[in-house]
Amino acid sequence: MASIAKTAQAGTLESSDVMITVAPGNQGSGIVIELESIVLAQYGEDIKFILEKTVKDQGVTDIYIKAVDRGALDCTIYARTLAALSRAGAVLKEEIA
Amino acid sequence: MDLRRSMLFIPGNNPGMLQNGGVFGADSVILDLEDAVAPMEKDAARFLVAQALRTVDYGASETVVRINPLDTFAAVDIKAIVPCCPDAILVPKVESAADIHQVAAMIAAAEKPDQAPVKIIALLETPCGIVEAYHIAKADPRVVALALGAEDYTAGLGAMRTKEGTEIFTARTIVINAAAAANVQSIDTPYTDANDEEGLLTDTQLAKRLGFKGKLSINPRQIDVIHTVFNPSLNDIDWAQQVIQAIRKAEAEGSGVASLNGKMVDLPIVNRAERILHLAELLGLMGGEK
Repeated sequence: MASIAKTAQAGTLESSDVMITVAPGNQGSGIVIELESIVLAQYGEDIKFILEKTVKDQGVTDIYIKAVDRGALDCTIYARTLAALSRAGAVLKEEIA
Repeated sequence: MDLRRSMLFIPGNNPGMLQNGGVFGADSVILDLEDAVAPMEKDAARFLVAQALRTVDYGASETVVRINPLDTFAAVDIKAIVPCCPDAILVPKVESAADIHQVAAMIAAAEKPDQAPVKIIALLETPCGIVEAYHIAKADPRVVALALGAEDYTAGLGAMRTKEGTEIFTARTIVINAAAAANVQSIDTPYTDANDEEGLLTDTQLAKRLGFKGKLSINPRQIDVIHTVFNPSLNDIDWAQQVIQAIRKAEAEGSGVASLNGKMVDLPIVNRAERILHLAELLGLMGGEK
């Protein structure tokens, strides 16, 4: 699957969480990430890396991701991204329904 | 013997609480996929709890996941959570041995070949569950404890839930007796007023007197009180040591019965003393520590 079926969201704006919104990208558009974070200067690149790796690992190559981060740990960013992808119609390789 | 003096519920869809769950010193943390999670967020909580189990250090706390009931999302929860190696699954609203058979089969199917067997703690919170307590406890070797959930239970009875807890006295004693007969632990219902420390203390003392081995907890502030009650006191430890000395002396003199301060010391007394000393040793309370 190169993209996802629909727009979807997961997560909250509470402290230690991240709100992820994903939307289908046009074929060949690549992975477009828009990130807001309270730790953008310190961890912005790390957060983008996790977002990109998570969607790539699920076989998604054309997608728009907006992440509003409130200081989430890596595992939270990963979990929220998977949840958003799942809600957007992606069939996940991760064995979590 | 696994220590389960305190079992702390942590909402499964709250990353801040999930990542800090190990710092409170609870004997068990219960990552909750059931009541603490809104129906529309069950999927997101499942992802979050799975990742928490894989990455968060819960220290010495046992990791337990409360799944959803069998007639809702239990199967999906078990399939997602069991491969992440929780120590135990807390199964809500268990009403029969057949429920446990079903859960045990799903766990066995989801376990990875190299992982430690996932235990089962059965949460009894309906009148049917209380009636079947012993059969539930004996249903499968994975079952290590019965826990009482009094809020749903009293709703099922049509009784008013009170701080004194007279309406759950029968259920409490049935759960304790069934667990003891099946050689598993019994865990008491949570005290739901997190701001009433005195009420918690009284309720926990009653639970211990009745025979419970631990208590569910809905707030980290409750843990110290619960531990204080379930820990053996220095007087308990001193008494237990005197009992063991007395029985050893009697045995050396060829008798199976001893006397301590004018009271007979026989096998049940020795067993109780040994349980106290074992618990004290586990908690590092021997030899003037702590």
